Amino acid sequence: MIEMLKNNSRTIQMISGWFLAIAPSIIFYLLPQSNWAFILFVVSLFVIYKIKANNIIKGILAAVMLFAVMPAVGLENTYYLDVITQVGIYVSLAIGLNIVVGFAGLLNFGFVAFYAFGAYFYAIFATSQAGNFIPAAIAHFPVSGNWFWLFLIFGALLSGLLGFLLGLPVLRLRGDYLAIVTLGFAEIIRILFNNMDKPINFTNGPKGLSPIQPPEFFGYMLNQPIHFYFIVLVVVILTIIIAKRLDASRIGRAWASIREDELAARSMGIPVVRMKLLAFVIGASFAGAMGVIFAAKQTFIDPSSFGFMESIGILCMVLLGGMGSVSGAVMGAAAVVLLQLNILKEFSDYLGQLSAMGILNIPSQVDPAKYEKMVFGLILILVCIFRPQGILPSKRYLPSWFKNKQENTISPKEEDPDVARS
Amino acid sequence: MELFLQILPQSLLDGLILGMVYAVVALGYTMVYGVLELINFAHSEIFMVGAFAGTETLLFLQSMGYLTGMPAPVALILALFVALIISGSLGMLMERVAYRPLREAPRLVPLISAIGVSFFLQDFVRLVEGLWKNAFYLTSPTLFKSTIPISSTLKLPVKSLVVILAAVAMMLALHLFVSRSKWGKAIRAVAQDRDTSSLMSINVNQVIGLTFFIGAGLGGCAGTLFATQYALINPYVGFILGIKAFTAAVLGGIGNIPGAMVGGILLGVLEAVGAASIGLLTNGVLGAEYKDIIAFVILILVLILKPSGLLGEEVREKV
Repeated sequence: MIEMLKNNSRTIQMISGWFLAIAPSIIFYLLPQSNWAFILFVVSLFVIYKIKANNIIKGILAAVMLFAVMPAVGLENTYYLDVITQVGIYVSLAIGLNIVVGFAGLLNFGFVAFYAFGAYFYAIFATSQAGNFIPAAIAHFPVSGNWFWLFLIFGALLSGLLGFLLGLPVLRLRGDYLAIVTLGFAEIIRILFNNMDKPINFTNGPKGLSPIQPPEFFGYMLNQPIHFYFIVLVVVILTIIIAKRLDASRIGRAWASIREDELAARSMGIPVVRMKLLAFVIGASFAGAMGVIFAAKQTFIDPSSFGFMESIGILCMVLLGGMGSVSGAVMGAAAVVLLQLNILKEFSDYLGQLSAMGILNIPSQVDPAKYEKMVFGLILILVCIFRPQGILPSKRYLPSWFKNKQENTISPKEEDPDVARS
Repeated sequence: MELFLQILPQSLLDGLILGMVYAVVALGYTMVYGVLELINFAHSEIFMVGAFAGTETLLFLQSMGYLTGMPAPVALILALFVALIISGSLGMLMERVAYRPLREAPRLVPLISAIGVSFFLQDFVRLVEGLWKNAFYLTSPTLFKSTIPISSTLKLPVKSLVVILAAVAMMLALHLFVSRSKWGKAIRAVAQDRDTSSLMSINVNQVIGLTFFIGAGLGGCAGTLFATQYALINPYVGFILGIKAFTAAVLGGIGNIPGAMVGGILLGVLEAVGAASIGLLTNGVLGAEYKDIIAFVILILVLILKPSGLLGEEVREKV
């Protein structure tokens, strides 16, 4: 009897799981304007990830959703296509930061500096801005959109180089000092971009740069949301693969050991500084590449998009998903971006409606959409205290304290004194 | 060069005033770091809350009509007292809620939760002020209006003199408290070795709470002084100032109380003189907008070249 019930409940679980995985796509296809359908659609991607089934089937399902359903809906409603592209950009950024913070354990508050560098690198040459310091006899600006692909590669490489130059002196510092120095570095970069409009106008200062040339593919102009969706999708898939392979490699193990105990790692013969530099540089080059894409997608950038807030937002994504976990970074990015762009906005519209109907009287200062810092702050505090291993914790190399905490929540009795103290 | 000498006294004075504020805020960073080895990132928001608490007190007195009747120093002391209590209690609360559960965690975790507290407080103050007054910036009433002429070009406003005097008094009081009193001894003991001092019948949690109260209270008072000096405040005023105060603490040697004072004053003066002379040095090509970079460059250079700071001791990492 119990056996049968168990089997039954398992079947029910499986059916409901599949239902949750597939139904949202259909609903979203039928109701392309509905916000909740969109959120359910994104959630169902994670249901597919978590469901127990053949990996090939899961892969095909996810591919159908991302390559067919989403673009099909996006043709009707470009807003959600834009949101999901934004999610994709942040997924790549979060994975990049995850390599630095999660894999190697280097707290980097200046991640956004590299993102800004990539964005400005493309923007300066893809507007007429570069004409201010490069004579017209050498080249004409803006460069044509075909150059975008080259800039994507060089943006990543040069950001990596910048990361290398910054990392060389500062990576010898201890964890919390490193965090503050990277913060200072990011602020310096932002102030520079804000003020480099004189004596020679490099960045056009606080006014920002626009219009940025859209990319071209063999003469075909890529300026629709759907184009950027596919560019970002491909880049996201690439970053996921790179991060997964790195994590499973010898380098990933070296990072994990540095994160766990730097002195022990050094005495085991791991080139600590070189490995840290590598993590720093790889993270920076991810950010640089995403910066180029961001600039091309927005067609307008200014220094205010690259403040400290942005760095913390990305850190929030990594922490929420789970440090060191690639799938966690994907989930964290999706959750935070949706929270910012959809849920808070919906909520604030709802409150606005209520006060318009005279049910509530809310001063205009109190608009939930303006309080994302509060939301980020709460996420950071609550995750740190209650679930420091994140929502989708990494299975293999979880930092020992997190692991300990996780095990404690399952079975508080078994406490290994040696592990507890480390 | 002549022009430089002309502006030098004024910028030295500006630097001294700002440096005093940095020094008092830096004390909070350094004290907490001394006991917990934690960069209390939310200390900048404690400063901001103190600025709001003190200014609201003054505004309240003003709206009740008491401000014109009472002597200005009394009003200021009242405002400082309110700021001390509110910021100090907030500091203790913060320690209890966001840091104590994470005391055994790797260093990065409490640092992240400190950032969380900082972000939360910024918007929380904004929300409270928004609900209350439908605006999130405040203008502090002017308490001291007269100025003291020092030379033909240089004038010292009384309000700035008050900032300097109050900051010196607070630092002196803290120094005496930490070096002479029994509680001060307990704080030093906990900073040296938490486990051993708990064996010497020191209530470590109480001492840590007290440290947070004092550090945060001083930060709050510095906030009020800042508001009386610069008049306009908003919930985001603490962030940059906090990083600079932290720079001051690092410059003087983090964990070292006299170091924070020296570092704060030094940083304030360097920054003011640097900002004033950067235009002259580059013939007006670069202007004072690069002022904020000075502090960050100093921070990075100190951490790379001499992480122990000017007065700090070298600490070797142990296995």
